[in-house]
Amino acid sequence: MRVVVVGAGIVGAACARELARAGLAVTVLDRGGPAAGTTAHGEGNILVSDKGPGPELELAKLSRSLWPEILDGLPNAGGVEWDPKGGIVVATTPEGARELEKFAESQRAAGVTAEALDAASLAAAEPHLTREVTAAVHYPDDAQVQPSGAATALLSDALRHGADLRTGCELIGVRTHDGYPDGSRDGASGERGGASSVWSVSRADGNRLTGVRTSQGVIDADLVVNAAGPWSGEVAARLGAPIDVRPRRGEVLVTAPLPPTVFHKVYDADYVGAVGSGSQDLQASTVIESTGAGTILIGSSRRQVGFDDRIRPFVLAELARKALRLYPSLAGVQVMRAYGGFRPYVPDHLPVIGPDPRLPGLWHATGHEGAGIGLSVGTARLLRELVTGAVPSLDPEPFRAGRPAVLGADACEGAA
Amino acid sequence: MTRNTDARARHTGGRPRHVVVVGAGPAGLAAAAAALRAGARVTLLDASDRPGGQYHRMLPAAYEAEDNGRLHHGWDDFERLRTHVQSHPRAEWWPDSAVWALERPDDTTSAPHVHVLRGPADGTERYRSVLTPDALVLATGAHDRVLPFPGWQLPGVFTAGAAQALAKGERVVVGDEVVVAGSGPFLLPVAASLLEAGSDVLEVLEANPASTVLRGWSRRPWELAAQSGKAAELAEYTGLLARHRVPYRLGRAVIEARGDGRVEEVVTARLTADWTPVPGTERTVPVDALCVTHGFSPQLELPVAAGCALSEGFVQVDDAQRTTAPGVYAAGEITGIAGAPAARAEGLLAGWTAAGGDPSDRTVRDVVRRRDRGRAFAARLAAAHPIGTGWPGWLRPDTLICRCEETDYRTLRAAAEDPATGAPRAVKLGTRAGLGPCQARMCGPAVADLCARRAPDSAPAHDGLAPDRSVPERAVPGLASASHHRRPVAQPIRLGELAASPGRPPEEEGEHTDER
Repeated sequence: MRVVVVGAGIVGAACARELARAGLAVTVLDRGGPAAGTTAHGEGNILVSDKGPGPELELAKLSRSLWPEILDGLPNAGGVEWDPKGGIVVATTPEGARELEKFAESQRAAGVTAEALDAASLAAAEPHLTREVTAAVHYPDDAQVQPSGAATALLSDALRHGADLRTGCELIGVRTHDGYPDGSRDGASGERGGASSVWSVSRADGNRLTGVRTSQGVIDADLVVNAAGPWSGEVAARLGAPIDVRPRRGEVLVTAPLPPTVFHKVYDADYVGAVGSGSQDLQASTVIESTGAGTILIGSSRRQVGFDDRIRPFVLAELARKALRLYPSLAGVQVMRAYGGFRPYVPDHLPVIGPDPRLPGLWHATGHEGAGIGLSVGTARLLRELVTGAVPSLDPEPFRAGRPAVLGADACEGAA
Repeated sequence: MTRNTDARARHTGGRPRHVVVVGAGPAGLAAAAAALRAGARVTLLDASDRPGGQYHRMLPAAYEAEDNGRLHHGWDDFERLRTHVQSHPRAEWWPDSAVWALERPDDTTSAPHVHVLRGPADGTERYRSVLTPDALVLATGAHDRVLPFPGWQLPGVFTAGAAQALAKGERVVVGDEVVVAGSGPFLLPVAASLLEAGSDVLEVLEANPASTVLRGWSRRPWELAAQSGKAAELAEYTGLLARHRVPYRLGRAVIEARGDGRVEEVVTARLTADWTPVPGTERTVPVDALCVTHGFSPQLELPVAAGCALSEGFVQVDDAQRTTAPGVYAAGEITGIAGAPAARAEGLLAGWTAAGGDPSDRTVRDVVRRRDRGRAFAARLAAAHPIGTGWPGWLRPDTLICRCEETDYRTLRAAAEDPATGAPRAVKLGTRAGLGPCQARMCGPAVADLCARRAPDSAPAHDGLAPDRSVPERAVPGLASASHHRRPVAQPIRLGELAASPGRPPEEEGEHTDER
């Protein structure tokens, strides 16, 4: 079976790796280069701490258990900078403390290790943290990677197992048994495919996808995996099967290198609320951690602003303010740079993993929002199991592409 | 005349246009003066505590464009310019003011908001201000460019600019026995400053062969006629070198610095025309200091943040010094390395048009002529002193490319040649080259060049650097450029300074806006 994976970020790399190891002929294409988009603009979070009981937590637990064993088998795992440092979530108000304790309790019931820390053990774990903390929970299973290194290590493994990589290769449209639904004959033109025609064709004939048209010509494929992150909505639209994945903007500050100051991944308890929020306005909640290079990363903001990639000083200022609330002693530390990226956002906050019900041969692996680094390997494993007909490691149903939140109002109409 | 131009520079509401000029070197100072002349209100700011920029470290007068067309009132005389601008009632001078961010407003036709940190960089009293000008003139200049070579991180190896600043400004001699090497006309005044300060300059090495240098300078000879008046100054430098019996060798370079803890000797070698070292031509020269320059790198983070298009490594400007970004003008070395007189002419024109002046007005006719000569000069300079494509021939696997993060050549090549890791951003994050405190200001061009050499069919680009073929330079919505000039935080800012609201000193009420 010939597979085209669209997107060479961490999710595409992980999927290419699993499918190549399953013996499929995999081609990965990316209109930029590997790990150039969302993957290179996050913090490298592998978290269980921010997820309440439910399907995403199950996917996070699967992924967390897969990471060490996958890294063991990678020849160049050094660049991944795997660091199982654990996370500490802190609340700074009495209500926050109550919410955090309730949340942790529900997580424990779902099998997450979540240890309440008293003031003394918190001070020992994070000596520079503010003492104005009303509750703290330690999550030893939270881990960190250098996300670009992790993605390229997974991609290298895919290439070693026979996958082919095409960079600077942009997906333009779909080819089905009956030809090109957008009406083009040679696949060289016709950027704007007529979505209606693909529907009439595929619905009437159960027409299967047989390849994709790209800026480098037509590539034969029995199966296409849409792993284009925040651009996967656009990719799906070009294939004639639109899904509602939107960009959600996030920014991160990077300080100059410091002697060790922050020892865990430390979050403000309101991070959990911001992750789950659907608000379009700025949500900023502190995530603060050090990296192997000695820099401190301070995140993270969440805004829905389309693909507006301006770095906004008011957002950076808000990140700084909130970070100083947790680590007041960092006030004199220099911010050396800032970066921002776009996370693939789905209105119901669940990834999309599985076949598209409207276009046979099209599969999705997207919509992880800010959790894609951590969830990539579990997503890829589940995808492989579904593609090869193996028993899935967890229930795929909640992630199905056919759910209303993914198909969106317009798409539902089209499919109805 | 003044009344007319004043009218031009006013809003309909009667308020004069507000022009913010970033950088108070020759270009910025001239821009401020011309914007005042055209009736604007001007805020001139610079990270330094006084105007002047680095112009005294720039090109020797012998190589500068002819400078006989003068605007009235002696505006191009630095001291008079400075006094004029600093004492003008419509001008504000902000020393110790670093622009840490430029923010494009929601309204896509307006000039960017200018986020400034005010106060000495090493002090604790810095505070934020935000300016919302009608027009922005960027005159941020250039800094020394040095290509990596084995041992360049050793103490005793100086950029030529640093050596000259020490010799001229601080009266500090970098060494007793010094070699000056690299490329470009800047080698000569640096050698002269060292000689005057008492150093023994053993030799001056220009990497380009005589054929390249002569061909470059004699291109379009009718333009060179304007240079003839400067022959005496050139002769002065060469005379000084001759009197001190300092050899000036073309087609030769330092390919290695060696020493235990600091530089003790350098290895020089003959180069082919494309800068490939010729085996068997190596010579070892005992030194206690080495000064190196391979030209200048424009400071492009603010133009890039403002959204200005670049062309051949410099800010693209039209005949009136407008960039492609609305309300943004550029002048000086960021549009091409051409020296102070050309920068002044560009500054005058940029300030004039930024303030609403008509670029075809006869007041600026001479300025336009001088600016055009400056551009021709820049083209000749680039042609006479290109950076050859063969320079990686002197690198060894353990040669440091990024000194901040100690990334060596072997690591960088391995990352760049692997298809999975070879995209520019992945190389940067994987090897950390360019992620250190200098934020790629030093190594950025070299890293970009070396990474682009993966493709065997790479052809030399305008400046001798191979183009990056790995990823097409095409804007994808939401996909940030991996350019090493992209520094959204243009200057380091402390967390505490960032967290504080922008200051509003009472006398500047109205200058500031909220951030959003």
